[in-house]
Amino acid sequence: MKFSNVILQSAAKVLVFIIMIYSIYILFAGHNNPGGGFIGGLITASAFTLLYLAFDVETVRDIIPLDFKIVGAIGVMLALLTGLASVLLGDNFLFQYYEYVNLPLLGKTGLGTAFVFDLGVYMAVVGTTMTIIRSISEDE
Amino acid sequence: MSLLHVAVLLPFLYTILVPFFFKKIARVHTGWFVIVVPLLLFVYFLSQFPIQNSQAPIVRSVPWIPSAGIDFTLHLDGLSLLFTLIITGIGCLVVLYSIYYMSMKREALHNFYVYLLLFMGAMLGVVLSDNLMVLYVFWETTSVSSFLLIAYWYQRKNSRYGAQKAMLITVFGGFAMLLGFLMLGSMAGTFSIREIIGMRDVVTSHSLFIPAMLLVLLGAFTKSAQFPFHIWLPDAMEAPTPISSYLHSATMVKAGVYLVARVTPIFGGDMNWFWIITIGGTVTLFWGAFMAIRQTDLKALLAYSTISQLGLIMSLLGIGSLALNPSYSAQIDLFTGAMLAAIFHLFNHSIFKGCLFMVVGILDHETGTRDIRKLGGLMSLMPVSFTLTVIGGLSMAGLPPFSGFLSKEMFFTGVLSVSRTLDQWTVLLPIAAWIASIFTFVYSMILVFKTFTGNYHPDRLDKKPHEAPLGMLISPVILASLVVLVFFFPNLVSYSLLEPTLHSVFPNLLGPGESFSVKIKAWHGLNLELFMTIGIVIIGTLLFRTFKKWMDIYYNLPRKLTLNSFYDRGLAGAENLSSRITSFYMNGSLHSYLSYMFGFLIFVVGGAFVLQGAFGANPAGASPITLYEYILAASIAVLAGFVIFVQTRLTAIIAVGAVGYLVSLMLVIFRAPDLALTQLVVETITTALFLLCFYFLPKLKSETVRIRLRLVNLLISIGVGTVLTLIGISAHSSSQFKPIATYFEDAYKLTGAKNMVNAILVDFRAFDTMLESVVLFTAGIGVYTLIKLRKSRRGSR
Repeated sequence: MKFSNVILQSAAKVLVFIIMIYSIYILFAGHNNPGGGFIGGLITASAFTLLYLAFDVETVRDIIPLDFKIVGAIGVMLALLTGLASVLLGDNFLFQYYEYVNLPLLGKTGLGTAFVFDLGVYMAVVGTTMTIIRSISEDE
Repeated sequence: MSLLHVAVLLPFLYTILVPFFFKKIARVHTGWFVIVVPLLLFVYFLSQFPIQNSQAPIVRSVPWIPSAGIDFTLHLDGLSLLFTLIITGIGCLVVLYSIYYMSMKREALHNFYVYLLLFMGAMLGVVLSDNLMVLYVFWETTSVSSFLLIAYWYQRKNSRYGAQKAMLITVFGGFAMLLGFLMLGSMAGTFSIREIIGMRDVVTSHSLFIPAMLLVLLGAFTKSAQFPFHIWLPDAMEAPTPISSYLHSATMVKAGVYLVARVTPIFGGDMNWFWIITIGGTVTLFWGAFMAIRQTDLKALLAYSTISQLGLIMSLLGIGSLALNPSYSAQIDLFTGAMLAAIFHLFNHSIFKGCLFMVVGILDHETGTRDIRKLGGLMSLMPVSFTLTVIGGLSMAGLPPFSGFLSKEMFFTGVLSVSRTLDQWTVLLPIAAWIASIFTFVYSMILVFKTFTGNYHPDRLDKKPHEAPLGMLISPVILASLVVLVFFFPNLVSYSLLEPTLHSVFPNLLGPGESFSVKIKAWHGLNLELFMTIGIVIIGTLLFRTFKKWMDIYYNLPRKLTLNSFYDRGLAGAENLSSRITSFYMNGSLHSYLSYMFGFLIFVVGGAFVLQGAFGANPAGASPITLYEYILAASIAVLAGFVIFVQTRLTAIIAVGAVGYLVSLMLVIFRAPDLALTQLVVETITTALFLLCFYFLPKLKSETVRIRLRLVNLLISIGVGTVLTLIGISAHSSSQFKPIATYFEDAYKLTGAKNMVNAILVDFRAFDTMLESVVLFTAGIGVYTLIKLRKSRRGSR
């Protein structure tokens, strides 16, 4: 079922970057605006899916040489470990800390461990979704 | 955290380093790095000696789950100290021995030493824990590490069989023991052994006393391989020999003995306790010794002999417990003497059996076989091994001048004192003990003489035998010299080790200023015990000489009635039954699985709602429905209905996708941007996924299913729809619970997040999110394995 759709491919090349940037924005925005790790992860996954629809499997594997199983595993571990960090500091499991810090360029910025947790969720979602899509699409 | 806690946890922590030693420093045998741990611990526990002689136990506690009364409390008294010294001391020698036994080129040494250290830590935990629940955790850890070590050569079928058998039997006992512990905990209101001992009066008069006792004994008997649970131990001999010598003779199988000794202050004195342990132990002693004679594999012979010796120790523990019974206070010295004999023999057995196992390992290593029928005449070729076997074997047979003689005589004193104090028929006990000792003598002779004397058959051996390398001999030589040393200076051990142990078994027996008589003498004068030993030697020698004539009785034993065939048939039956039950409902049809889930939803969730009277519709507080919402709802309904009637899959996929997008539009109207966004992306990805799978799916054909099945499907879908709609309506109207929404309104103050939905996801209910991520990832891995495994199976065909 090899076909090449020039319009889709040309559009995908541009769109993937826009979607990726948007997904990362969504990931960071989650704390104060609609968004978060789960949605961000799904949007990233949809960007990759667009690549799969536009190009063939081998090409996409060359573009993104990531093992998504490992991405997902790292994500789950990250979520778990941020939970354990608060235990080590004597608080409850998964207690999240936040602090306002003055950063150069960005000014007063809220920093929280919740973001690290959300990053874990993001990676778990990307990893899982892409693992499923990849194993189905690469199955002969 | 105290040094004692560090001592227990050190082996566990050290396991992390072992694989690095194995992979990175491959030129040095990993054992040299591992031996540091038992050596350090041995020195540490030796340094506790002077503290221990003051007879006040050392107690160190770290709170673990205080709300459930579970603290990680360790306490070191005489009994614990004896065991820690055996565990770390013999552990040292076994690791040293394994350095020469386990080839560093062929074997997966990192696994071996990780399991070994795991066991060592767990066993230390068992003998040091004061809290019953902590003890239980360590107890099962020893079972697991034993399982891993028996299955170390997992390529062999017998190893896997033996490992499974040991696991099933000991863990079964462990569960029973857990129940017993829970009963003890509920009777006394605490899990601390010391506190339960202090409340002995409350516990003994409680109605759960006997059940708790039986369950705890079940745990002890399965672990210590008492009849009829002994069948796992011979099969555990598939483990590498250093392990057999360490776990399956010196330490782990003594955990049951330890437990019985540890809880003697609680249960001891009760006549049931006495009868069960004494009779169970004596039967085990007899049966183990009887079965050991027929074995042709040297390790199997030693395994049965271990069973038998454990029975001996057990029966002595039973007899010794009578010292706590007030009606026998006149004979208290006799019974404390029996307890002393139990502890002394436990110590002796660890030493001589450890030595014998190591020698058998040497024989196996140097000749390539452990079969008695192939061995013979090795005396001149392996003189050191021969000497070691003579020392260990004669000590096991109970002959002077070896330590086994002393504890054997004390054992006879113990059983004789029972028959002199209790009913007439208890005279059977010393008789059974005496006959068992004759068998013990015979198999010890078989071990020594069939292996080392007689004709030498080089053609039957795989290798040309020669004496073992020096390093392999060090450990058994140390143990054998201890055997001799203890015979000549028994009181070195007696006052330093055995007396404190006796104090911890009988903590409240002595008045102030009194002490136990622990003096052990080799010569008691011409008494009945000595004549019994002389009788054993004479009759035993006769039986050994005429062995060929009477060994036929073993082959006339009914095969079908053995415990092993009972176990095998039971296991096969259980597997059969469970696979039949499983295949009854796991029939591979997606339709059935969905029916179970939806049926559950309708009957259990819906049923609970009906029973609770939770259904209700209360329109108060609901917003008015606008025109947009009517249109959207109507479109969703039409599209959903359309899916049922379409003829091609592609149309169905697009229609379902459209429903999803309309729902997200609905969420936009309800001003839930997070949900809308999520729904939108989920819908996009699902549709893409559908399209990917589309290629593999069969054509949608107009199904010619029976009308009954269609009716069932219709009922299920109507049921699910109704229940979910009603739940949705009731959720809004219900006033059964106070809503927690107000709590989330403080999100900014509590978490610094302006987006409340996200604050709930990553902070308030982060635990949910974390577990959802885990579930999601697990599902992903599930899909991956389903697809990839199927592929590899096809490839291998």
